[in-house]
Amino acid sequence: MDKLLLLGDEAVAQGALDAGISGAYGYPGTPSTEIFEYVQKSNQAAERNVHRTWSANEKTAMEEALGMSYSGKRCIVTMKHVGLNVAADPFVNSGITGANGGIVVAVADDPSMHSSQNEQDSRHYGNFALVPVFEPSNQQEAYNMMADAFELSEKYKTPVILRLVTRLSHSRSGIIRGEIQKENELHLPDNPMQFMLLPATARVNYKNLIEKQTLLIEEAEKSKYNEYHEGKDKSLGIIACGLGYNYVKENHVEAKCEYPILKICQYPLPKKYITKMVNECDEVLVVEDGMPVVEDWLRGYLNDCHAIHGRLDGTLPRYGELNPKTLRKALNLEPHPIKEMPVIVRGRPPELCKGCPHRDTYNALNEVMEKYGKGHVFSDIGCYTLGFLPPFDAINTCVDMGASISMAVGAADAGLFPSVAVIGDSTFGHSGMTPLLDAVNSKANIVAFILDNGIIAMTGMQDSAVTGKIEDICLGIGVEKEHIHVINPLKSHHEENVKIIQQEIDYNGVSVIIPRRPCIHIAAKLRKKK
Amino acid sequence: MKKDIILAGVGGQGILSIATIIGYAVVQSDLYLKQAEVHGMSQRGGAVESHLRISDKEIHSDLIPHGRSDMIISMEPMEALRYLPYIKNDGWLVTNSNPFVNIPDYPEMDELYKEIETHKHSIIIDGDGIAKDVGSPRSMNMVILGAASPFIALPFSMLEDGIRAVFGRKGEDIVNKNLEALLRGKEFTENHINK
Ligand SMILES: Cc1ncc(C[n+]2csc(CCOP(=O)(O)OP(=O)(O)O)c2C)c(N)n1
Ligand code: SF4
Repeated sequence: MDKLLLLGDEAVAQGALDAGISGAYGYPGTPSTEIFEYVQKSNQAAERNVHRTWSANEKTAMEEALGMSYSGKRCIVTMKHVGLNVAADPFVNSGITGANGGIVVAVADDPSMHSSQNEQDSRHYGNFALVPVFEPSNQQEAYNMMADAFELSEKYKTPVILRLVTRLSHSRSGIIRGEIQKENELHLPDNPMQFMLLPATARVNYKNLIEKQTLLIEEAEKSKYNEYHEGKDKSLGIIACGLGYNYVKENHVEAKCEYPILKICQYPLPKKYITKMVNECDEVLVVEDGMPVVEDWLRGYLNDCHAIHGRLDGTLPRYGELNPKTLRKALNLEPHPIKEMPVIVRGRPPELCKGCPHRDTYNALNEVMEKYGKGHVFSDIGCYTLGFLPPFDAINTCVDMGASISMAVGAADAGLFPSVAVIGDSTFGHSGMTPLLDAVNSKANIVAFILDNGIIAMTGMQDSAVTGKIEDICLGIGVEKEHIHVINPLKSHHEENVKIIQQEIDYNGVSVIIPRRPCIHIAAKLRKKK
Repeated sequence: MKKDIILAGVGGQGILSIATIIGYAVVQSDLYLKQAEVHGMSQRGGAVESHLRISDKEIHSDLIPHGRSDMIISMEPMEALRYLPYIKNDGWLVTNSNPFVNIPDYPEMDELYKEIETHKHSIIIDGDGIAKDVGSPRSMNMVILGAASPFIALPFSMLEDGIRAVFGRKGEDIVNKNLEALLRGKEFTENHINK
């Protein structure tokens, strides 16, 4: 069969389609977005009419997926690591309900925070919810794992996490496809209690979940993704998880590795192999991308069992993405000669595009805010977060999606005046509506800007769930009509916009200002459509 | 055969098309390929890089190890220098000569060129000028790819096929202009080495 040249994300999507999914659910987020976009563009998905519309947020995506699983069909849920926080409630509980049709939650972590607020590790969620985790070390494995993950999901009636990291998500390689499976027929759960988490039934389901763990460990011990490579030199054993395995291998291209290596790409941990390694080796080095998850599990609290090296004792950096260089040092191999970056090279941070509507919004807002001093503008996540950087210096916070309006409410409660929120249209749909309801109910004195550029720009132009609905949503939530303004963020409207902003700051209550102008990258497309 | 290449530039300068073209060429052959892209935040006028690895043996890491890259291909002179920690002492540094100035503290050009020329093997080429000359200012990236082509260890015709495959949808005129840009880049380097 022909090789396909695919990103790690795309390999996951192709693997899911070939494993017979009937639906993809998700919310965009770098580096996971391309999984969903691949399904959306796929002819195979179109022919089968696989569900492939973006959800409003990760929680609704996870719950919609649970509904499809309840109905007996396979589906995939895609999100970035912090998305799993938003979906944590349904996700953790899905461990207890388990799955009927297979569910794979494909989560992309972002070690080194290339485009994220933190570098949390989704394997923690797997452990927390007692859900098995697959962690591919390369693109072909990512593809192959999908079929196996769905099989495991249905065999043990459990959702499965597929944990990706940025480097794999966004790196291409040749893929050879496997068998193409048919979609499941509609079939409801055999056990009518399965999805019913009343305390009495939840206790029964939870007991089942705990009992399943022994079997899941056995599966990990049999898994073709976990391998024990024997080695002559037992002074050190290496446990290499996911991509970490590649970096170990990369450093042994010229000279073979003499230490035993345990490659782990399926969790819960394969106990048998771990025990073998700890028994036969003097010391153990744990190599994992992201947080020291496995290392932590092995160490326990007192760390008096064995000499374990990794991110916690400084053998590898405590945080940040692994790379071949950090591994080389940890393995005590001679470093390659490395040149320094010349001092004249300056940083080049990203910036709002020339002509971006957010620029004009910030220019108008800044003019009004000047007299109040710094520190009044709570922002959110999207292209507009770049308004933190010069020349704008316009915003003061960015915590998690939706936090702009809620933090503005809390600050107004504390007496901060003015208290301004700046949120993008998609972020408003994701999790800005509920805090706006709080604001209305408590008559908070805030001005909320909902920046409507007609698209989810930050993550590469996906459809926004609230396009064409924003004013109605605000009215429905109870914002007064006279205090909802749509403005045109353009230089030619600057004076008028400044006046409206000032007027709403002066109003004691909830005001919504909607600067509406398409992102310049879709403006041309929209014009054509008309 | 093994080539580790860093592609460098500023968001929007077309390093991903270069990666796609080489990727297309390689996948048609029996060689292994890994190509790590940078997406997201870094696209809005920020620095972008891509690691491209080609080999006749299995490739392990998606990232090129520091100090092991055979080449830096850069659309912009300051960006070329950003990735020096990756290049081998005798690796090739091929860069566009024209700066992309979107920061207030951009360094002096003389200093940049001097710094580039202290590297053992370097080529500085007016990619924008040649692209304009060919009648396709947007093909600067193909000029730079052409200038790097003598060191990539892939047959030139494979890169041409890559251009045909990637730009084919956009029509014959665009394909031809990009092919011309690629060729002009290659000729520049050949003249430069033979001097
Ligand atoms: C929980 C969570 N999910 C997803 C993301 C990734 N993400 C960052 S901003 C954003 C959407 C931005 O869209 P919008 O609010 O419309 O602003 P724009 O970028 O269009 O200006 C997304 C999906 C995230 N940071 N957190
Ligand atoms: S992509 Fe669109 S919304 Fe984002 S900075 Fe550029 S113009 Fe603005």
